[in-house]
Amino acid sequence: MSKVRLLLEDGSEYQGESFGYEQNVSGEIVFNTAMTGYPESLTDPSYAGQMIVMTYPLVGNYGVPPFSIEKNGLSTNMESCKIQAVGIIVSDYSETFSHWNGLESLGSWLRREHIPGISGIDTRSLTKKLREHGVMQCKVLFEGHGSAVEIEDYSQVNFISRVSCKDITIYHGTSSVRLSRETSNDGINTHLPQNGLKQVLLVDCGVKENIIRCLLRRGVNVIRVPWDYDFSGIAYDGLFLANGPGDPDTATATVDNIRKSMQLRPSTPIFGICMGNQLLGKAGGAKIYKLKYGHRSHNQPVRECGTNRCYVTSQNHGYAVDDQSLGSDWEPFFVNMNDGSNEGIRHKTNPWFSVQFHPEASSGPTDTEYLFDEFIKLL
Amino acid sequence: MINKDIKKVLILGSGALKIGEAGEFDYSGSQALKALREEGIETVLINPNIATVQTSEGVADQIYFLPVTPFFVEKVIAKERPQGILLSFGGQTALNCGVALYEQQILSKYNVQVLGTPVQSIIDTEDRELFVKKLSEIDVNYIKSHACEDIASAREAAKSLGYPVILRAAYALGGLGSGFCDNEEELDKLAEKAFSFSPQVLVEKSLKGWKEIEYEVVRDRYDNCITVCNMENFDPLGIHTGESIVIAPSQTLSNRDYHKLRALSIKIVRHIGIVGECNVQYAYDPESEDYRVIEVNARLSRSSALASKATGYPLAFVAAKLGLGYGLFELKNSVTKTTSAFFEPALDYVVCKIPRWDLGKFHGVDHELGSSMKSVGEVMAIGRTFEEAIQKGLRMIGQGLHGFVGNKELNISDIDHSLQSPTDKRILMIEKAFEAGYTIDRIHDLTKIDKWFLQKLFKILDTYKQLQSKESLSSIDRDLLLRAKIEGFTDFQISRAIGLEQSSGVDSGMRSVRDYRKSLGIVPYVKQIDTLAAEYPAQTNYLYLTYSGTSHDIEYEQDHRSVIVLGSGAYRIGSSVEFDWCGVQALNTIRSNGYRSVMINYNPETVSTDYDMCDRLYFDELTFERVMDIIELETPHGVIVSTGGQIPNNLAMRLDEEHVPVLGTSAHSIDNAEDREKFSAMLNRIGVDQPAWRALTSMDDINEFIEEVGFPVLVRPSYVLSGAAMNVCSNPEELNRFLKLAANVSKTHPVVVSKFHEHNKEIEMDAVAKDGDIIAYAISEHIEFAGVHSGDATIQFPPQKIYVETVRQIKKVSRQIAKELHISGPFNIQFLAEQNHLRVIECNLRASRSFPFVSKVLKLNMIELATKIMLGIEVEKPSKNLFDLEYVGIKASQFSFNRLQKADPVLGVDMASTGEVGCIGDNTATALLASMLSVGHRIPQKSILLSTGTGKEKAAMLDAARELQSHGYKIYATGGTSRYLEENGISNTRVFWPSEAPSQPQALDLLHNHEIDMVVNVPKDLSVGELTNGYKIRRASVDLNIPLITNSRLASAFIHAFCNYGLDDIPIKSWKEY
Repeated sequence: MSKVRLLLEDGSEYQGESFGYEQNVSGEIVFNTAMTGYPESLTDPSYAGQMIVMTYPLVGNYGVPPFSIEKNGLSTNMESCKIQAVGIIVSDYSETFSHWNGLESLGSWLRREHIPGISGIDTRSLTKKLREHGVMQCKVLFEGHGSAVEIEDYSQVNFISRVSCKDITIYHGTSSVRLSRETSNDGINTHLPQNGLKQVLLVDCGVKENIIRCLLRRGVNVIRVPWDYDFSGIAYDGLFLANGPGDPDTATATVDNIRKSMQLRPSTPIFGICMGNQLLGKAGGAKIYKLKYGHRSHNQPVRECGTNRCYVTSQNHGYAVDDQSLGSDWEPFFVNMNDGSNEGIRHKTNPWFSVQFHPEASSGPTDTEYLFDEFIKLL
Repeated sequence: MINKDIKKVLILGSGALKIGEAGEFDYSGSQALKALREEGIETVLINPNIATVQTSEGVADQIYFLPVTPFFVEKVIAKERPQGILLSFGGQTALNCGVALYEQQILSKYNVQVLGTPVQSIIDTEDRELFVKKLSEIDVNYIKSHACEDIASAREAAKSLGYPVILRAAYALGGLGSGFCDNEEELDKLAEKAFSFSPQVLVEKSLKGWKEIEYEVVRDRYDNCITVCNMENFDPLGIHTGESIVIAPSQTLSNRDYHKLRALSIKIVRHIGIVGECNVQYAYDPESEDYRVIEVNARLSRSSALASKATGYPLAFVAAKLGLGYGLFELKNSVTKTTSAFFEPALDYVVCKIPRWDLGKFHGVDHELGSSMKSVGEVMAIGRTFEEAIQKGLRMIGQGLHGFVGNKELNISDIDHSLQSPTDKRILMIEKAFEAGYTIDRIHDLTKIDKWFLQKLFKILDTYKQLQSKESLSSIDRDLLLRAKIEGFTDFQISRAIGLEQSSGVDSGMRSVRDYRKSLGIVPYVKQIDTLAAEYPAQTNYLYLTYSGTSHDIEYEQDHRSVIVLGSGAYRIGSSVEFDWCGVQALNTIRSNGYRSVMINYNPETVSTDYDMCDRLYFDELTFERVMDIIELETPHGVIVSTGGQIPNNLAMRLDEEHVPVLGTSAHSIDNAEDREKFSAMLNRIGVDQPAWRALTSMDDINEFIEEVGFPVLVRPSYVLSGAAMNVCSNPEELNRFLKLAANVSKTHPVVVSKFHEHNKEIEMDAVAKDGDIIAYAISEHIEFAGVHSGDATIQFPPQKIYVETVRQIKKVSRQIAKELHISGPFNIQFLAEQNHLRVIECNLRASRSFPFVSKVLKLNMIELATKIMLGIEVEKPSKNLFDLEYVGIKASQFSFNRLQKADPVLGVDMASTGEVGCIGDNTATALLASMLSVGHRIPQKSILLSTGTGKEKAAMLDAARELQSHGYKIYATGGTSRYLEENGISNTRVFWPSEAPSQPQALDLLHNHEIDMVVNVPKDLSVGELTNGYKIRRASVDLNIPLITNSRLASAFIHAFCNYGLDDIPIKSWKEY
């Protein structure tokens, strides 16, 4: 196995071994404390531009499920059409795997998709570094591949535009219709399925496919549009703001469109997840700030404000809404029980709410999937 | 918000340690008591297990050493009038007792509120029919099971399900009376046994080969739920989870699998209405996402103790708080101290639990593993690779293994069979099969163990082969050496692989490997268990060592203020909770005297490994290598080796050679006491007698020696092929049988033969000395004559029936020995007394099993005293004297023969008990009664079966038989006993041995028909006929749950007690009231 060097922005260096594709890369290095779900995480568009450090040391045990695609264009087992992270760092990669649904090893998948994988790193010590220093840029250099690597400044890149869909897709049941992004609002309206189901407009900032599955399972049609598409003329019953990678400040177009919807049709329900929470917050006038090292795990406790109801949630975000900056029409919906940060907001009078965590899970606990039901009820 | 009306709470303990219900309940009860006291609630504890930490001063406000049965619990309730009761911290014993109290409306009568999970929810999980109904209400799959009340309906159910089926006794823990049946014949046999324990038997379709997965779930009264941990059994369904190697978190579940079962757990727990902690067990199809719920335990369990230690989440502590009415969101994570208790731990390591069996201690026991539990203890190993964890674990179980590879050669004739029918040696069979060329697929087919585990094991073997191919140490490159260490290889294994052990010896080989790897910079790193995988800073001192690392989590002070206490390792027969108590007392004393208390131990059932018992806990191995690793990091003030039983004691010399400061008695003195030759020479020098003995290397020499001293003799081979490690032989036939069949006599394997003195009293001296001067002591007396292992004997303290002159001599001899060995710390001497003539049989320069018992009865903490002495703190001789005590303590042994199928429940020189209790009374009789009831005996209602052994023993029991007669008991007796009783004017009904069939009445029939309430069966000797006849009676008594006593002295004492005192005569007095 080739040797790999991991170099961090602060000058520290770690030695590891390659188990994936061998190509020097750079990215923002973040840690994830989930103990399962590496196929889901790697294909989660919110990880675009990031190098994931898995704190759970044993990775690859159950291999990777088949990358099969359903009739409606969504994958069966994954969260998008490819690996989105720039790489994965583990302590103990399992070369052999065992699972009835495992088609190939993690290493073989990474190599197929040209994504580096590094093992043999003290991921605990690395995590502590990231916890203390905050997230950093990193470089991964392979033995025999020199030290040249293209470096992007994570905060300067509009990752949302990179991972958002390029076309418009209308999902209904197990089928879908794909339209060009040039299609006008009216053009879309003529394509909306007349099956008696409610129409949910989903703004794709890097949506995880399980969000679409969660919506479809509840008997609605989903109109998935690119992040900056002006949807104000579409005949939708509910607006969904998806998750996505990077800095919410790069999504000004989306925020403008949300504001427009809020002004034009105040009684239309809005539900946002993760980036959706931040964008709804921004549209409502709140400020966003970057967390030192974010929340990326399956065990984030949140409490619904003003109640005794608590949930374990799956999370993956580096930015948060500043509670103090919420307008008087807004209130915090959920709060993180560990660090008190905002985990959701809702409008005091209009049916608009969003959460920072991932009710669609995949990967992670499914305790808050009921929020989709709440949203559907409002339509 | 908590219920402010609750000011006093009663907690039920689990009594003596037994198979299926062991130390984990000391841990859970101790945490619960801690949680209550923190709230200012007064606590009352009922638990006759005197060796536990929870029954120590300052843990509960009132402690009752009484049986955990409705009768006694009601009396304590009537006296103490608590407002609340906790039922889920004392295992199945407490739960069953609580359900009975509830059903008999005793709780409502005294207005006692059950805190935590309501009793109805408990019943819903315990009663299979109600349980199944509950699950079907929420569309959860369960194993279709037929509840049967008689054998005929069990047969019917099995037929309709199709064999193989599994049979379970309802309301039994640890799978008591459970098993697989491949046909009707097997079913009949098992069903009869199960019905003797339980009125209901469940017949289920077997799902052999499915994965077994568990979730530990916590719920508060606001309906908030978390799963603290999931665990995967290495062994597939079919092997009781207590018998299985268990890994946490699960290794072969995908995210979908994991969260599907997690969500189901929460759904089930909400529906049943648990408040506190519970566990949900699943069978999971390895080929799909199909599952079945196996069971829900509505209480703290062995698994929850494991989960607690595996994650750092104090489950029992939190469960107790939730019982008081708190919400999870109101509690803090006790590890980080800043984050919420409502969260699910993220692990950044893997843990591996391995059971510890002691089947070798039992005659005739079935070694095959199945759906009922036989293991007596367990270990938990932590690593950052599976290989590291499992190799550590295999060493920790303390059965001579060096890991997965590098062990003594095993002779297996039929590998296929041994893979298919797993025994306690299963993991070794896998290694053997690999060696024999079996593929992973083939082993998987035979064992159904998930291939992932097999692949990892194969990898260990592969590394071993690579090491073996190296010529010398220096030809091992850094990468390979590091890889071996990451995979959990010890320096010894590496040394053995390259032949260094052979060429330069064990110690020197290890040392060379150690030096070489250190020169390459290969050293272990210390990591914390912090519940959040380093996401938040944690204050925790819960640590382990790993080679998968490049930095320590701890910054060492190098101030020489650490005092390391070496723990006692896995609970096993002969070493269990009593040494945990000793360890905890030592830690407390170290801490309160301004030193940093450090513990090394790896037993998840213990209190000493709890998160706040010491300043630093290394949950790691007690091997010389690992202990040295830790010592090098800690640079301690000193190390205590005398409070953890034999494991640390055995390390003393080697630590001393490395110039480690061993506190207290010097390693040199320990060696002088441990080494038979040296000790013997010392006794001769100071004029103290001992039984004649010799180490012999040939049969001729043995015979010659026996001619000199005469039978019976005690024979201790140094190399045992099978069965017991020592035996008493009363004639040449027994001697030959034992030595030829069971052992190997040769120059390299000498046999120690000693004269066995019959009908001698056995007396124990537990003491603490300082610089050779005895500071405090306790003399206690065995009820049984010598020949019953001191760990099995019934012991009374203070002694009631030994001569004053004997006492005087004991004190004198003990003083001489203490002085001669310059003892500083705890020690124990065992004496034989033949009238007033004393012989020393053993001397241990460490705390003994009876330290907690005598300390608590005497109300003088001898370990605290000993620790102070070892720390060099001035102590005064306590003014307390055992002869001033106005009460008697009796320690009685708990046997677990009911779980050890086919084992002969007879006692001998090798220890067989799994636990003990200690009860206090105003006299011997009431104390004995309380303690016998505590270990499962019952006062017989009407009839007793006697077969009382040799003439001497028959005579010894005559008075007891008279008492039985005068108290109206119906006496049944076998041939010789019947005649003897008749001759002495005691009317009885003769019954016949199985070998005397078809004469009627047959003893076995009477037992099966439950016409006998108690059996006294004293074996005459170890001859085959005697053993077979007696065996059948003894075994039937155990299998049919009829109290059995096999010793005439104990039987007499017990009979005398219950003939003269009733249940109401047992005083309901707390420890403080004595």
